[in-house]
Amino acid sequence: MAAVSTPTKAARRRMGTLSQRRMVAGFLFVLPAVLFTVAMFIFPLLMTGWMSLHNWPLLGQATFLGIQNYVQMVQDRQFWASLWFTTQYTLLVTPPIFILAFLLALLVNSALRGIGIFRTIYFIPVVIGLGTSSLLWVWLLNDRVGIFNGILLDLGWIQQPVIWLVDKNLAMTAIVVSIVWKTVGFSMILLLAGMQAVPDELYQAAEVDGASYWQRLWYILLPLLRSTFALALVLSVIGSYLAFDQFYIMTRGGPQNQTITAVYWIFNNSFTYYKLGYGAALSIGLLAILGLLSVLQLRVLRDDTTY
Amino acid sequence: MNTALKSTTIRSSAVQLRRRAGWTVLYVVGVVLAALFLFPIFWSTLTSLKSPAEASAVPPTYLPSVLTFENYVKLNQYGAGIARYIFNSAGVALLTVLGTVVLSTLAGYGFSRFRFPASNLLFLMLLAALMIPFQSILTPLFLLMSAVKLQNSLPGLALVYITFQLPFGVFMMRNTFDVVPREIEEAALLDGCSTWQMLTRVMLVLVRPGIITVAVYAFLNSWNEFLAALILMTQEVNFTLPILLTSVRSGYYGAIDWGALQAGITVTILPCIVLFLFLQRYYMQGLMGGAVKG
Repeated sequence: MAAVSTPTKAARRRMGTLSQRRMVAGFLFVLPAVLFTVAMFIFPLLMTGWMSLHNWPLLGQATFLGIQNYVQMVQDRQFWASLWFTTQYTLLVTPPIFILAFLLALLVNSALRGIGIFRTIYFIPVVIGLGTSSLLWVWLLNDRVGIFNGILLDLGWIQQPVIWLVDKNLAMTAIVVSIVWKTVGFSMILLLAGMQAVPDELYQAAEVDGASYWQRLWYILLPLLRSTFALALVLSVIGSYLAFDQFYIMTRGGPQNQTITAVYWIFNNSFTYYKLGYGAALSIGLLAILGLLSVLQLRVLRDDTTY
Repeated sequence: MNTALKSTTIRSSAVQLRRRAGWTVLYVVGVVLAALFLFPIFWSTLTSLKSPAEASAVPPTYLPSVLTFENYVKLNQYGAGIARYIFNSAGVALLTVLGTVVLSTLAGYGFSRFRFPASNLLFLMLLAALMIPFQSILTPLFLLMSAVKLQNSLPGLALVYITFQLPFGVFMMRNTFDVVPREIEEAALLDGCSTWQMLTRVMLVLVRPGIITVAVYAFLNSWNEFLAALILMTQEVNFTLPILLTSVRSGYYGAIDWGALQAGITVTILPCIVLFLFLQRYYMQGLMGGAVKG
């Protein structure tokens, strides 16, 4: 009897070794992923910081510079121009994405029969690659073989083909349209998930109280979607700030370097001019800016609602 | 009383009529939008089936006069042939899927079911990669891969992609293991199951939806990735599809052949769309589990 209720020394030791063995087992299970991340992520990240303090050519010896790369960064006019351009792009592309994504989410959230097919179709551009979709749009927008110019000419809306991608403002417009097409489905799905999380009773109660559809939208749905908007906004803004593929492929940064984004400028310094140390410093600078942006957005859209 | 009843009937039928009109408008809007969303893809695929001369016609023609695969034949004449580039893209994608699934499943199981020192810290470290964009570590990754002679190699590119996929994969798999009831394990433990047998014989079946989700994301992100492939794959024979197409477009192979380019775009985007249509449920679960919950 006593042996059952109070474990013997041997049994206690066995239990101790059992939990220790589980501890070791758990550690071994996560070890491969941890080692992988340390070697391929943590180490390169630390190395970015280390490289940013050096003049680091592709071949030959690196020389220590201290903070000189950062001094150069502050004085680099193209860096500031590219940051400003990236900001302009983000400010232009975000509102249409969110307005359209919200309207699409409302549409596919309705109880219409077969609405799932529409949701699938609006989402399809999200699953194709950004590089590939940029190539596709280069062709659609081409002044000779592009269908957009063909249609506009046939409709008589333009007399001459528009050369979309060689003028800064036209190129920006065209790229914004292509990116909205490519990414709006993603924000739509996030907003849809947020809408479906709002309890039906809230709507029904409001309906009983005589609130119209638009009133329910404005006073119930939108405030409750705040945290969803915050998340979707952070993801979308960070994505825009890291833009590269569409500008590399559609405008090649031109005309006269006017459409060089921040990542594009890092890419040019590291892999065209092979100033790897300076490229690393620019990367750290961009990281700092992105971190600041996320904190700022989350603070502005902080949500204390519970339901 | 009669009149009162009548007026209600009239009112309710008016409401019904209005509702039906509303539905019709919604349907029309939905269909028009669907056509706009599908048009670029449809147009590219259609053009890839025109004759090469018609695909490059100025101004562009609308419907093709003949349907032919000649553009695909011409696409095959670039570099080492399209089969090689499909092999490159598919090979890297499959290696990425394999590596991501194995590492994420092991780590997800470990984080979900075991307590060990610093487990929370290690989990946070793995997730940190979600918050730090990979673009900022590409320069040292390039040097690292060159140093270990894995630049310009398909497994090397896959290693880089696995790194980018791991945070999402581990997070997804830990959540998937978390919702498996512990009673199942207790029963298996009583049957004398070891920890490893528990994972391979009992748990793997139960977490299959999570594994498929992780695999779908790993495949699509690897197949579609552009910047890292552009930096790491500098030899033509090792290009992935997006890099090959960019070279076709930039006139690397002479005048731009628009028909062949559309054939290449079709080859590149068709697998993504088919995969998505078949595994849509798992893809959406990834968005909900990975984004909304986090």
